[in-house]
Amino acid sequence: MSGHGANATVDGEIPHSVTSHPVTGINNGKFGIWLFLASEVMLFGALFSAYVLLRVGSLHWPTGFDAGLNIKVGAMNTFILIGSSVTIVMAWASLKLKDFSAYKKWMLITIIMSCVFLAVKLAYEWPEKFAHDHYPRTSNFYALYFLITGLHGLHILGGVVVMGYLLGPGSKLWHTNPEKLTGRIECTGLYWHFVDLVWIFLFPLFYLL
Amino acid sequence: MSDHGHHEQSFISKYVFSIDHKWIGIQYAVTSLFFLLFGFGLMMIMRYQLANPGATIPLIGGLMAGGTFFADNGSLGAEGYNMFGAMHGTIMIFLGVVPLAVGGFGNFVVPLQVGAPDMAFPKLNMMSYWVYFIGGVVMLFSFFVEGGPSQWGWTVYPPLSVIVDVGKLGQTIWLGGMVFLITSSLLGSINIIVTIVQMRAPGLTMFRLPFFVWSQLVTSFLLVLAFPPLEAAALMQFMDRVFHTSFFLPSGLVVSGKVLEVAGGGNPLLWQHLFWFLAHPEVYVLILPAMGIVAEVIANNTRKPLWGYRSAVYAAIFLGFTSFIVWAHHMFMTGMGTTMSTFFQTTTMIISVPSVIILTVFIISLWGGAIRFTVPMLFALAWMVMFAIGGLTGLPLGLTATDLHLHDTYYVIGHFHYVVAPGTLFGLFCGIYYWYPKATGRMLNETLGKLHFWISLVAMNMIFFPMFIQGMGGLNRRLHTQGTYQIGRDLEWLTKYQSWGTYILLFGSAIFFVNFWMSLKRGKVAGANPWNATTVEWAAPSPPGHGNFTSPVTVHRGPYEYSVPGKDQDFSPQFVA
Repeated sequence: MSGHGANATVDGEIPHSVTSHPVTGINNGKFGIWLFLASEVMLFGALFSAYVLLRVGSLHWPTGFDAGLNIKVGAMNTFILIGSSVTIVMAWASLKLKDFSAYKKWMLITIIMSCVFLAVKLAYEWPEKFAHDHYPRTSNFYALYFLITGLHGLHILGGVVVMGYLLGPGSKLWHTNPEKLTGRIECTGLYWHFVDLVWIFLFPLFYLL
Repeated sequence: MSDHGHHEQSFISKYVFSIDHKWIGIQYAVTSLFFLLFGFGLMMIMRYQLANPGATIPLIGGLMAGGTFFADNGSLGAEGYNMFGAMHGTIMIFLGVVPLAVGGFGNFVVPLQVGAPDMAFPKLNMMSYWVYFIGGVVMLFSFFVEGGPSQWGWTVYPPLSVIVDVGKLGQTIWLGGMVFLITSSLLGSINIIVTIVQMRAPGLTMFRLPFFVWSQLVTSFLLVLAFPPLEAAALMQFMDRVFHTSFFLPSGLVVSGKVLEVAGGGNPLLWQHLFWFLAHPEVYVLILPAMGIVAEVIANNTRKPLWGYRSAVYAAIFLGFTSFIVWAHHMFMTGMGTTMSTFFQTTTMIISVPSVIILTVFIISLWGGAIRFTVPMLFALAWMVMFAIGGLTGLPLGLTATDLHLHDTYYVIGHFHYVVAPGTLFGLFCGIYYWYPKATGRMLNETLGKLHFWISLVAMNMIFFPMFIQGMGGLNRRLHTQGTYQIGRDLEWLTKYQSWGTYILLFGSAIFFVNFWMSLKRGKVAGANPWNATTVEWAAPSPPGHGNFTSPVTVHRGPYEYSVPGKDQDFSPQFVA
């Protein structure tokens, strides 16, 4: 079968996978991650709508304090997560400055902070609720709390896996295509900011209001 | 496909885990055709039961008598009927039509029409097919678990879908399968959008894109934005079933004489809102790609530019936006209040306008054309009439006053089947006949194609037209036996014709399948541009090799420059200077 020409584009290389498109000003990966985040907005948006609908339709809705959520621990976790958003930007900036070892350091710190967040959530906060007989079936407050924080936790976990890959085997790309690795870290950072932002909505919604 | 040059690929990486958009498109198309046949089979059994209540189903009834689905005499049981109904809808929409329209045609045609070597993310593309495949396997698996698959209609409304089959797996598996299918279309549609926006060939501005590409762009945006709420809803129903939460269970719900022991405080309407927030845009996910295909075929076979191309594009974009604010017209009868109903009734009337604009563009495009009655053109012409019937019969459903009477009757079934079956499916068959030579290098047989067309046209109308009569007579949908009520007994004679219609349709489809497989080897060899078409995909060889084009593509003009005065030939391809 014919199909091979002299031109690089014809030979199956994907245009704008690294370089920016002249009109949109971004590359394919960044465009893709923004679209993905748009769908994530709709996913969490639907859950927040459910929260609003169920709450306004309820006779009694506990505040986080009444429901026994630990506001201090929640606040600490909020700061940890916001901190990790800063450190992932540092990792990306290090790559931009061609400082590979600084990248590794900041990435590692980001991953550790995410793991701390997850550990506090899953190994401390959730078991404490179970110990007080608070399960998803207890009330719609807890049903929403466990569903949305659980789904958010899954997003954190997914981010940790990806960041672990980009710190470990994925970082070899630095030696062959540094531009591409930098782009991947930028996309990961965008995703990570989004996951943070969701938590910034979740914390007041469940713990404070 | 023959070997292509220096990339030595193993059988697995070339035909199974391929990252070539063309092969993934073909994988999507063949898999979804299988599911369409399977969903059609379920429907044949259901229609046999309606036409011959309580009679043994021929061929398979005897083999499977007394199981989950069939009664001891081999007839379709009431629960089996519900399961087949729910799975017919689920399979046809989520495993058949959408994967064929977006996964099949979107994957195969879009990169070729924009002059790109592949999709923007080839590996993600492969993943989207395989996640779809797993979703399909999960759905099929639910037929084999104890208690059978989901039986609550394709809308799976709670509380019914949560409280009745407690401890059974079918509905839970359905929810799991949906998560796979949603993930798959998310990956696929992101890929299509990025490909269209970022990877157009030099000179191919947005308003030089073929209408098919525009339709895929709007469709993909609908999939990206509308599917996630259903995912959220599926997660909540999953929690209700597995962890006994009460997202959708109100307080004090009485089941079999006892108050249900759940926390309560939930809202069944929440499910309906989230479900229809997906499922109404989904209607346009079904019809827009079909409109795109028909536009290509009409311009090509009238040998004229599409009349009002820009109007059609703007109408498609407006259709996409508006489809997000009409969903609750599916819920007029739920008691959500007259204010809400009035709002959604108004938006529903507004959304009919862009559909009419697009249809008008197609009809006026026929005027004064030297029409070639090829097989794709026959399907395109029939599509216009069938879609018009489907669309116009939707108006009385969108107005609350008439919907009171027609709601939940066979009229509704008739309406949306005219849109999806002879509507969308005819559009998709049209596309198969049109692009088969590009995909395989050979033409489908013309005579067999015409037979397939005429038989399908007659059969589809035999099956679906009586539904309007039944529905206006007041016959309810979802009934296992129509003769339960007097109102159904008077109209039961129609079910015989509908059942015969399914046999005829099976015969027509058999002709198509024979044609489809035979033409792979025996079809007339097609050149690069067998239809004398103008769009960019015809610049590539048939079938295109790895990387699609043999020389770089540059686009010089709009998509449909047919019969330009003063030119030697009646088509001026976009890719020729």
